[in-house]
Amino acid sequence: MDAILLQILNGLDKGSAYALIALGLTLIFGTLGVVNFAHGALFMIGAFCAVTLQKILTISSISIDPEKKDFLGNPMEVKTPYVESWFGEATGQLIINWSVPLAILFAIPVMLAVGYIMERGLIKHFYKRPHADQILVTFGLAIVIQEIVKHYYGANPIPTPAPDALRGSFDFGVLLGFDPNAVIYPLWRLVYFAFSALVIGAVFAFLQFTTFGMVVRAGMADRETVGLLGINIDRRFTLTFGIAAAVAGLAGVMYTPINSPNYHMGMDFLVLSFVVVVVGGMGSLPGAVLAGFLLGILESFAAMNEVKSFFDAIYLPSIDQIIIYLVAIIVLLARPRGLMGRKGVMEE
Amino acid sequence: MLGLTKRDTGLFILVICVTALAPFIMNPFPADSAMAQFNAGYPDLMQRFVIFGIFAIGFNILFGLTGYLSFGHAAFLGAGSYAAVWMFKLLSYNILPAIVLSVIVAGLFSVIIGFISLRRSGIYFSILTLAFAQMSFAMAYSVLTPLTNGETGLQVYNDDPQWLKGNGPDATHFFGLEMRSTFDLDIGAWSFAFNVGYYFCAVLMLVAFYLSMRIFRSPFGLMLRAIKTNQTRLNYTGLNSRPYTLAAFVISGMYAGLAGGLMASMDPLAGAERMQWTASGEVVLMTILGGAGTLLGPLLGAGFIKYFENIFSKINESVLHGWFGFLPDGIENGLIWVAEHFVGSGWHLTLGLLFMLIVIFLPGGLMEGATRIRNRFGGDKNKKDTEGKYAPAGE
Repeated sequence: MDAILLQILNGLDKGSAYALIALGLTLIFGTLGVVNFAHGALFMIGAFCAVTLQKILTISSISIDPEKKDFLGNPMEVKTPYVESWFGEATGQLIINWSVPLAILFAIPVMLAVGYIMERGLIKHFYKRPHADQILVTFGLAIVIQEIVKHYYGANPIPTPAPDALRGSFDFGVLLGFDPNAVIYPLWRLVYFAFSALVIGAVFAFLQFTTFGMVVRAGMADRETVGLLGINIDRRFTLTFGIAAAVAGLAGVMYTPINSPNYHMGMDFLVLSFVVVVVGGMGSLPGAVLAGFLLGILESFAAMNEVKSFFDAIYLPSIDQIIIYLVAIIVLLARPRGLMGRKGVMEE
Repeated sequence: MLGLTKRDTGLFILVICVTALAPFIMNPFPADSAMAQFNAGYPDLMQRFVIFGIFAIGFNILFGLTGYLSFGHAAFLGAGSYAAVWMFKLLSYNILPAIVLSVIVAGLFSVIIGFISLRRSGIYFSILTLAFAQMSFAMAYSVLTPLTNGETGLQVYNDDPQWLKGNGPDATHFFGLEMRSTFDLDIGAWSFAFNVGYYFCAVLMLVAFYLSMRIFRSPFGLMLRAIKTNQTRLNYTGLNSRPYTLAAFVISGMYAGLAGGLMASMDPLAGAERMQWTASGEVVLMTILGGAGTLLGPLLGAGFIKYFENIFSKINESVLHGWFGFLPDGIENGLIWVAEHFVGSGWHLTLGLLFMLIVIFLPGGLMEGATRIRNRFGGDKNKKDTEGKYAPAGE
C-alpha cells in the first residue's frame, strides 16, 4: 500500500509538469487553432528565467581581503554579492537562497512578453496556413530558441537548488497513518505539485469566473460569432497565448530544482506533452490536465520493480521507457478524440 | 527515354551528369588556396549528399505527394542501419546483402507503423509517427539492447562470426571493390577524389530518383496528389484512399531504409541517435527547403543543408578575423560578434532560422524561388510550373 502511494507521489511531480505544459498547449490550440511545437522551448525559457535570476542575484563585488590567504599565500579575493551588501548579510543570503521561488515573479512578466511577441510577430501570420506549416515554423522557432540559450548558457546543466528550508524530505506517510519512514518524499516535489495545482486552479478559475475568460471560452466555441458581436477576439487570444506561455514558463521555473535545466529540456518535454494533449483530447483543458497526471503516474508505476519484472516475464522489458507511447497509441486508435475530447474537434 | 517525357529525360540526364561529375564540380578551388575550405569534394561529404538525397527523395514521395507530414522517418533510417550492420556481423563485409536486408527491414517496419498511423490524418498522424519514432528510439536504448548494443552503438567486432567472409577484405566492399578506396587525380593545383563508395551511392541515388520520377508521373502518383488536394472529396467518389497512402508510406520508408543501409555501408556503425526525432526533423527540413512535391527539390535541399552544415561548422573565429580583417577594428569586432553566433557550433541556429524563413516566405522552397525568379525575368516563355507541381501526370 505504501509502495503504491509512493509511486503515485512519484508520478505527481512529472505529471504536474506534463499537465502544465499540456494545459498551455491546449489553450493555444483551442483558442488560436495553432499547433505550437515551440511550447517546450517556452518551458525551457521559464527554467532559464530562474537561472538568470540566480545569476543576477549573485553578481558580486570583488574585494581583496589581506587577512586571508589562499593556498598559494596570495591575498584571497572575497566575493560579496551586491544583494548582501545592500540588504545586509542575513537578508541577502536569504534572498539568494530563495531565488527559485522569487523567479516566479521575474518569470511572469518575461513569459507574458515572450508570448505576446511570439504571437504578434510570428504565430499571427499562420492562422490561415495548414497545420503542417504551423508545426514546421514553430519547430524551427524551437530550434532557434534552443540554440540561443545554448550559446549563452552553455551546454551543461546549471544547478539551481531549492531554498534550504524546502530542500529536505517529508514524512508523508505519517499524515495518512502509515508507519514513520514508510513514505518519505522530497519536500520540493510536494511543493511543485501544490504549486501546479494552484496554477491549474487559477487558470480554470480565470476562464470560468471572469468576463475575459467567458469571452475566451466563447471564442473557443465559435470564434466568428464572438467577433460578429463586436468583441475584438484577436486581442484576447493574444493575451491567452501570453497566459499559456506564462503557465509553461512557471512550470519550468519551479522544475529547476528537480532537474538542473539544460538547453534541450524543452524538446525532451515537448514530445511527451504532445502525447499528453492527444491522449487528453485536443482542445479539452480538463482532458489535458487529467491525461498529464494519469500518464505521469502511469510512468512511475511502470518503473516499479514488481511491474517491471511482470512485464519482463511476458517479454516486454523496460516497459517504463515506452509505456506512455504505448498508451498513446492505444488511446488514439481506440478513441481518436482522446479521453475528454469534444466531438468533431480535430477528430480526423 | 525509359518511359519518361522529353522534359523529364532532360532533367534526369542533367542529374546524372551532375552526380557523375560531382568530384569536379564540388572542388572548384585549388587544394592549397584560401578558398579550399569551400570545397566539398571529399568522399565523406559527397557520400552524405547522395545518401541524404535518397532519404529526402523518399520522404518527398510521402510528404510532397500526399501531404502527410511524418515526424518519424528517422526510425526507418535507423532500422536500416541496424539491419545492415547485422549483415556485416553475420555474413561478411559485402554490402549487397546488407542493403537488401535494410530495405526489407525498413519496409516491414514501415508497414506496421504506417498501418497504425495512417488511420489518422493531419496533426494526429504527425504526432503518432513522432510517438512511434520516439518509442523506437527509447527501445533501441533499452529493450532492444541485445539487437542494438544500446548506447555504445552497433559495430563489427573481431570475434563476430562473419560466416561468408573467407579471405574477403576487412572493410565494406561490393564483391571485392572496397568502398573506401579512392582514386586521387591531381591536375595542376587542383586535386579531385573519385571514391568508390560515392559512386556506388550515386548509382543507387539515380535509381531512386528515376523511380520517384516514374511514381510522380504515374496514375498512382496522381492519386496521391488527389489525396493531398482533397481527401474528403476522394472518399465521396467511393475510393478508399488508405491503401494508396500506406503504399506511399512504405515506399518512403524503404527509401529511408536504403539510405540507412548505405550509411552503414560507408561506415559500419549504427547508433540510436540516428532515430531521434530531430533527425526526422532534418529530413523534413531538407524536403521543405528544396521544395516539397517537386522532383529535384529534395535533392537540392539535402545537398544544400549538408554542404552548409559542413562549411559553417568549419568556420571559426580566426577564419572570421581573416575575412573581416580589412575593416576597422570596431566594425570588425562587431561583425565577428554577430557572425560567430551563426557559424561553428552555432550552425543549428542558422538552420533553425533558415527553416523559419523558408516556411514563412517561401513555402515552396528553393524550387519555388527559382520559378519566381524565372517568371520575373523570363517573361511568358516559361508558363509551365516547375517539375509539374500542378501539371497533369502525363503531359
